[in-house]
Amino acid sequence: MGATALRNGPSPVPAPIDSIVEVRGISKTYGNVEALRGIDLDFPRGKLTSLLGPSGCGKTTLLKIIAGLIRADGGTVAINGKRVSAPGPERAFVFQDFALMPWATVTRNVAFGLELRGTNKAEREEIARRYIAEVGLAGFEDKYPHELSGGMRQRVGLARALSVDADVLLLDEPFSAVDEQNRRKFQEDLIRLRTNQNKTFIFVTHSIEEAVYISDRIVLLSPRPGRVSQIIEPEIDRSGDPERIHRDRHYLDTVDEIWQGLKQYVE
Amino acid sequence: MAVSIRTDGEAAGLASSSNRSATGASWDQPILLRLVSIALFAGIWEVAGRIPVSFAFPTFSDTVVAFFGLLADGSLATAYLSTLQPLVLGVVLSAFLGVSLGTICGLWRTGEWLVIPVFIVLQAAPVAAFIPMVTFVYGIGMTAKTLAVMILALPVIVLNTYKAVRNVNESLLVMCRSFLGTNWQTVAKIILPDASPVIFAGLRLGVAAGFVGVVLAELLITPTGIGDLITFHRSRADYAEMYATIASIIALSTLTLVFLQWVEVRVFRPESRGA
Repeated sequence: MGATALRNGPSPVPAPIDSIVEVRGISKTYGNVEALRGIDLDFPRGKLTSLLGPSGCGKTTLLKIIAGLIRADGGTVAINGKRVSAPGPERAFVFQDFALMPWATVTRNVAFGLELRGTNKAEREEIARRYIAEVGLAGFEDKYPHELSGGMRQRVGLARALSVDADVLLLDEPFSAVDEQNRRKFQEDLIRLRTNQNKTFIFVTHSIEEAVYISDRIVLLSPRPGRVSQIIEPEIDRSGDPERIHRDRHYLDTVDEIWQGLKQYVE
Repeated sequence: MAVSIRTDGEAAGLASSSNRSATGASWDQPILLRLVSIALFAGIWEVAGRIPVSFAFPTFSDTVVAFFGLLADGSLATAYLSTLQPLVLGVVLSAFLGVSLGTICGLWRTGEWLVIPVFIVLQAAPVAAFIPMVTFVYGIGMTAKTLAVMILALPVIVLNTYKAVRNVNESLLVMCRSFLGTNWQTVAKIILPDASPVIFAGLRLGVAAGFVGVVLAELLITPTGIGDLITFHRSRADYAEMYATIASIIALSTLTLVFLQWVEVRVFRPESRGA
């Protein structure tokens, strides 16, 4: 196993000392399809946790339940110990399809969360400019979304989520509509950003490589019904050159291990 | 987006086909082409008038001369003063009422069931047939003319707004909710801007229909304003004056539509400017 810590079985994992998001007994059924059954999970503060699994395992549904965008049929979600069932200021969402307003400039899109909260224009644009620079889009403040590439658009979505200063960032397959080269660059930037911003990330992906590359903790979900099948904590040193991670032995071993586990669900 | 706006422009341009180059042409074409198109149109008119196609068909140059004559003796100004009142009132009322009603129906199921069928029938019906009835109920004054404008303009505005609001981008609604937008903020900051291209297409068609309504009312109900000027010059066989009057209202209608498009791009969809 090397440095990779593995915890097997569907039984609830003992709660880490400081968990910011606590999911208890979440279930969800669409018609007669059971999307999620009895999900118990804890998300440690300041870490990046990935929800990984084949399509149909309910990972996006779980993320949207945590976000308060979908109502669960049973179970509870607590953020900082408080039960939530609707969106709140302590969470911010990054959408798979970017969800940018095509009629608004990059600055207005990034500042939109603050605009809805009634922050005055000068202040929110100041904050927006800071996060636009943070995600590497300085100079594009007055562009419209259609003038940007897919990768740049998702950077706008990320800056919008960062600018409302939420504790938890929820990312729903943020790179799936971004081309491969941009995705690699974006993943590297996300690793750097994570060390700068003291935030908790919950990240949904179907890419094993992506999950292992960026996550402190990977929650493997199995499909029909969606359940937690495994929790993996890859212990990869991400402090140096991000390029080196792809050649790291632990990285390669973990990817292979997860693939062996997931293989059975792929028809 | 730019593509759909252009098609909408084409659709609106149909209402005033003689000047369609002004509304239908894409904005990035050089101005020269548009001028050539107008010159070509004037040339064909001139030739057709000189053949002549009909003894009642004046040449382009005669019409232009007649137009300045009408301007000089003030009869055009007097006519427009009387026509523009019910037209502007009717169009403004239709725009506000239509967009509000359409938005409510798009957001609220019950409203949709109550209101939308009426407008679907109204849009399908030859509403001009209602104009004598409107005269019968409201007499021959300003009210009847305003109503004539509204029954023609309102249905398309309501239906377009309703459809646009109903088909608003779902993921933007979710985004607004996740960033804690209130219902009012969702309507004002997401739904209306997102729906604005289709709403404006409806407004352009509605305004064009309003022009039809007011001219119909003046031809059928009260011999006043532009309608009267057309009838009067026809009865005196002043065909050049008659055509000048008709051309002037077509030009005004076109200019109004162009102005509306300018407002739309300026205020609601800045990203489509020059795109």
